[in-house]
Amino acid sequence: MDIGFLAQYVLSGVMLGVVYAMVAVGFTLYFGVLDVINFSHGDVLTSGAFVSLATYLGLRAMGIESPAVLLAVMLLAGLGAMALLGVLVAKFFVLPLRHAPPFITLLITLMVGVALRESIRLFYPSGSNPQSFPAVLPNTPYHWGHLIVRLDTIILIVTGLAVIALVNLFINRTRAGLAIRAVAQDGETAKIMGINFEWVVLLAFALGSALAALAGVMNGLYYNEINFGTGLMLGIIGFCAAVVGGLGNIYGAILGGFLFALLQTIVVVATPSLTAYKDVFAFGVIILLMVVKPTGLIGEASSERV
Amino acid sequence: MNRTLKQRIGTALVGLALIAGAPLASAKEVVKIAFLAPLTGAVSADGIGGRNSAELAVKLHNADPKSKYEFQLVALDDECKPSVGVQVATKASADPSIMAVIGSYCSAATIAMVPVFIRFDVPVVVWAAVLPEITYGQKTDNINRVSTTLINQNRVAAKFMTKDQHYKRWAAIYDTTDYGKSMFKYFDKFLKEEGGTMLASFGVPPDQQDLTAVLTKIKELNPEVIYFGGLTPLGVRILKQMDQLGIKAQFQGTSGMVGPSFIQGAGASLAEGVVAMYDMKPVEELPGGKFFLEEYKKAGYNEPFAAYGPYAYSATTLVMDTIEKTGPDRAKIRAALRKTKDYEAIVGKISFDDYGQNTNPTTTKYIVQDGQFIDWDKSEYATGKRKLKGR
Repeated sequence: MDIGFLAQYVLSGVMLGVVYAMVAVGFTLYFGVLDVINFSHGDVLTSGAFVSLATYLGLRAMGIESPAVLLAVMLLAGLGAMALLGVLVAKFFVLPLRHAPPFITLLITLMVGVALRESIRLFYPSGSNPQSFPAVLPNTPYHWGHLIVRLDTIILIVTGLAVIALVNLFINRTRAGLAIRAVAQDGETAKIMGINFEWVVLLAFALGSALAALAGVMNGLYYNEINFGTGLMLGIIGFCAAVVGGLGNIYGAILGGFLFALLQTIVVVATPSLTAYKDVFAFGVIILLMVVKPTGLIGEASSERV
Repeated sequence: MNRTLKQRIGTALVGLALIAGAPLASAKEVVKIAFLAPLTGAVSADGIGGRNSAELAVKLHNADPKSKYEFQLVALDDECKPSVGVQVATKASADPSIMAVIGSYCSAATIAMVPVFIRFDVPVVVWAAVLPEITYGQKTDNINRVSTTLINQNRVAAKFMTKDQHYKRWAAIYDTTDYGKSMFKYFDKFLKEEGGTMLASFGVPPDQQDLTAVLTKIKELNPEVIYFGGLTPLGVRILKQMDQLGIKAQFQGTSGMVGPSFIQGAGASLAEGVVAMYDMKPVEELPGGKFFLEEYKKAGYNEPFAAYGPYAYSATTLVMDTIEKTGPDRAKIRAALRKTKDYEAIVGKISFDDYGQNTNPTTTKYIVQDGQFIDWDKSEYATGKRKLKGR
């Protein structure tokens, strides 16, 4: 195969992987601190993208043209709104049900997700149609033989990787991160040590939801299109990635995300006629991996299970 | 005591109201007809446009003092999903007060409804779905269709692209529903007959977002034309991602993506020069097109009537006019509908063959010019002022 085409496949695979990993990191954060599975995550992603899109349209209507300003305000609004939404979801739906069976939380978040998705469809103007997402990043194309890379793709990949790295640093190197890890290991003991449990949970949900919003905006910027169902499949894939990597482990989430992207791309490259089955293949492999290693590729230390 | 008195007064008031209202309401016998369409989901723009058009037909009919019956449209949402389609088809067919069913838009959902319609033997007029098997898959006495099958548009498309435009090499992407697969099957068949080459074909689920891997593979194969068999949302994605990957091939679509939402989604500049076949003349050129446009505007709907609105309108008027003749009796309606011959609808004359298929297909070649799907023959592309990709 021509090296240019090979690079093109790798590039699109990496881009997919970055978005999957970002979604998966969110799932892992929620699970880490509170042992909950937050199925509204995918729809939070969609909502974030839609808030940013609405902000963009509003700014354009006000006559603001500068891409930098537009992007900054879009991100601020999208990420801010979703961080707030994450806090609200945690405060009113997840925390009160802390002692209820886990499947109740799972159901509640699933329903919050459906409500979000349907609200976008019903209340956003012609929300059931795909919406054009603005290309505010510079999209100068660069050619190397058959490889064509646009500047915006590079920016998105670098941003995604940088954000994942930053989240990792935040969790491992800051006091707030330490608090999150402490709660993740043992909520009760963390409380006794003077950590504000509720505050930590809210922080984790704000962080995870803002991350989802960023993934949503990046997804929109890359595909130049969002629709009310964008987050549905991304949510499922992100969740699978988090589980296969090892729920609760941030490296596992990243690994899982890239693994899933790799599996999807391989099918198309190796067997074009079987493209229709690429998700069957990818999910099939994930099922196999889960059977072989139920704790995930990078399994959690068993201490938490004691 | 006090309570019973209140209840009595209440009952009396309700009774009075009923008596007072009765002469107004029961001037005509009310007949219910069901309209099935995807009213939610990714293709709901087409479904809602169709529903509005059918509603408009009912409204105009009811306003006519000469009509014997007052019609009531029961709109049901099939979400473009086969499973939901079966549910709503059963709901409509099993309701004895519903005299006929008009539906639906999505082929994948409609083909799933067919066995239900046959079991209940309810009179049906399909208003948009184009999968051939809906009418030709079995011989029934109750399923009819005003829209055409997708066979003809692919025959016209293959001939036009090979003979008139001299393209030779294709790659195809189709959605993996019955609709997409059938589109591809017929185009591939006719393309071979016309001597074109299909380099590769890719089936993708209709809700798939990322197509870069598929398109990179296509770029590697370097076709002149990318054929797409599917609905608007997927079409928009393909076009955008083709642009991102710098693919210069001509984009050729099918009837499922003709309409304003495609251009709104892709943007006018990207959509420019996209070719698609669609089985209807531009609305303004239809026999009743001007009337329809005016009335639709007057009715003040928020949503456009979309691609199949005029068909939905025609299917509804056909059903209502038939019931006016036969009275509300399913068996009589069924028999009368099948005998439809040269019925003057706004889309033109409608005649059903032995399978209930409208035999007046009017495949028109469409091209996007300046942000609108227009008749190829009236475009600047036909005159040579603008050119398709690679010509």
